[in-house]
Amino acid sequence: MTPRILAAVAVRVLTQLRRDRRTLVMLLVVPCLLITLTWWMFLDTADGSGDVFDRIGPGLLAIFPFTVMFLVTSVTTLRERSSGTLERLLALPTGKLDFLLGYAVAFGLVAAVQAALAVGVSVELLDLQVVGPLWLLGVVAVADAVLGTALGLFVSAFARTEFQAVQFMPVVVVPQILLCGLIVPRDDLPAALGAVSDVLPLSYATDAMQHLTLTSATAQVWQDVAVVLAYAGAGLALGAVTLRRRTA
Amino acid sequence: MARARRRPGPDDGGVGAGQVVVEVRGLVVVRGGRRVLDGLDLDLGPGVTGLLGPSGCGKTTLLRALVGVQRVVGGTVRVDGHDAGSRMLRDRIGYVTQSASVYDDLTVAENVRFFARVLGLGDDDVDSVVGRVDLEALRDRVVSRLSGGERSRASLAVALLGAPDLLVLDEPTVGLDPVLRRELWGLFHRLADAGATVVVSSHVMDEAERCDRLLLMRDGEILADGSPDEVKRSVGAATVEAAFLSLVEGRRP
Ligand SMILES: Nc1ncnc2c1ncn2[C@@H]1O[C@H](COP(=O)(O)OP(=O)(O)OP(=O)(O)O)[C@@H](O)[C@H]1O
Ligand SMILES: [Mg+2]
Repeated sequence: MTPRILAAVAVRVLTQLRRDRRTLVMLLVVPCLLITLTWWMFLDTADGSGDVFDRIGPGLLAIFPFTVMFLVTSVTTLRERSSGTLERLLALPTGKLDFLLGYAVAFGLVAAVQAALAVGVSVELLDLQVVGPLWLLGVVAVADAVLGTALGLFVSAFARTEFQAVQFMPVVVVPQILLCGLIVPRDDLPAALGAVSDVLPLSYATDAMQHLTLTSATAQVWQDVAVVLAYAGAGLALGAVTLRRRTA
Repeated sequence: MARARRRPGPDDGGVGAGQVVVEVRGLVVVRGGRRVLDGLDLDLGPGVTGLLGPSGCGKTTLLRALVGVQRVVGGTVRVDGHDAGSRMLRDRIGYVTQSASVYDDLTVAENVRFFARVLGLGDDDVDSVVGRVDLEALRDRVVSRLSGGERSRASLAVALLGAPDLLVLDEPTVGLDPVLRRELWGLFHRLADAGATVVVSSHVMDEAERCDRLLLMRDGEILADGSPDEVKRSVGAATVEAAFLSLVEGRRP
């Protein structure tokens, strides 16, 4: 691993993003709008007040960084594979980890900004109740985004076109959203689904967010963050395995 | 039949510092279930070597093997005594892929600067290679808004970074007008004069005349190998194009 090359990759990815206004809006503004939409949906429901939003809000804060980073990463790296720039990079002194971690660092930084905005909107404007420290919400969001990036890097190895890359969304992301506790609390899931939920990383990110809204004790949160990061590390390791210097 | 393999370059003289020789021995490559290269032997040295052959004959495959990005089934490719693609070689090889491999959404300068950072080079080197491919006026234009020829020059600029000892160029002059082509071939020769080993694949026959050494390839085999004059003489043809046609079609069953 060469820090100089890792930094070059990260800076380049950020430069590309800066040029791509629409993706930037999708990364930063759309999550805030969707969170606001959800808050609005529950505004007139039976139990009135913001109770439902207090239950769902934390899950949303976990889902958006993950989903959005997964999508953007899988498509960008696929583009990099098919345009020949990856082949060129790997023919240069670039290490596989320089490439993978460069992406993870760049999208991790974007996720930090995204989290700051989403948490700001949720807490300040929409009155989401958070008992734990706000900055820790940001940490969870960044870990979660790095997870999305890692999985996106990994699956891009199995897609030949951008269209195929997008098709991994329903396979990899949607089940995690359904089972992470957002719709049905994880404890109320049928035993078999609960077991599945226990091995899906997004569940831990959602748990961490929920903890922060309910208690100020942070030990459990850090444990969940560690699980999310372990999955992200495994995703990056798998990504490194699928990244081949020599191809057919 | 001009199959005799010869040592390249003006003389067989000693190879100086920075100069590389390439040794391909018994190279076997399978792509899409077919043996594209089946036991190829080849030596390359300083000078400009042209690789010509019909579409699908294996030019790109061979060049990829020289760079070390092609999966091979058998044989060896040694560059300056190291296995192709090994760590020691990666900052000494410039490679232009057949389709321009630069980032569409970055400017010319941003592209070159990125690859310069990867190689640990500074902005002086960026300016110098952008100038060499004559893109100064377009350096701040986003690549997606360049013409095909401009884009391939941007890709070439990246390959020139750091004055590589081995330059592998897969059809670098496609889509360029004759004036630019002549300029770039002048550049290739200047790099070769400075000691680089330059390998260029092409479809353009008049470019073949500009090589120090010419390799004619068909179905993964080298049919002719020598200076353009030698290749023409060996089949009694007046032009490289005629030699190419007679070699490529002559041996067809
Ligand atoms: N990615 C691939 N997968 C499977 N087979 C491939 C692949 N790329 C090339 N081939 C096959 O390998 C053979 C050699 O291809 P190669 O690209 O080396 O030809 P080429 O001489 O460079 O042709 P061209 O002049 O058209 O660029 C061809 O038969 C081609 O069909
Ligand atoms: Mg080719």
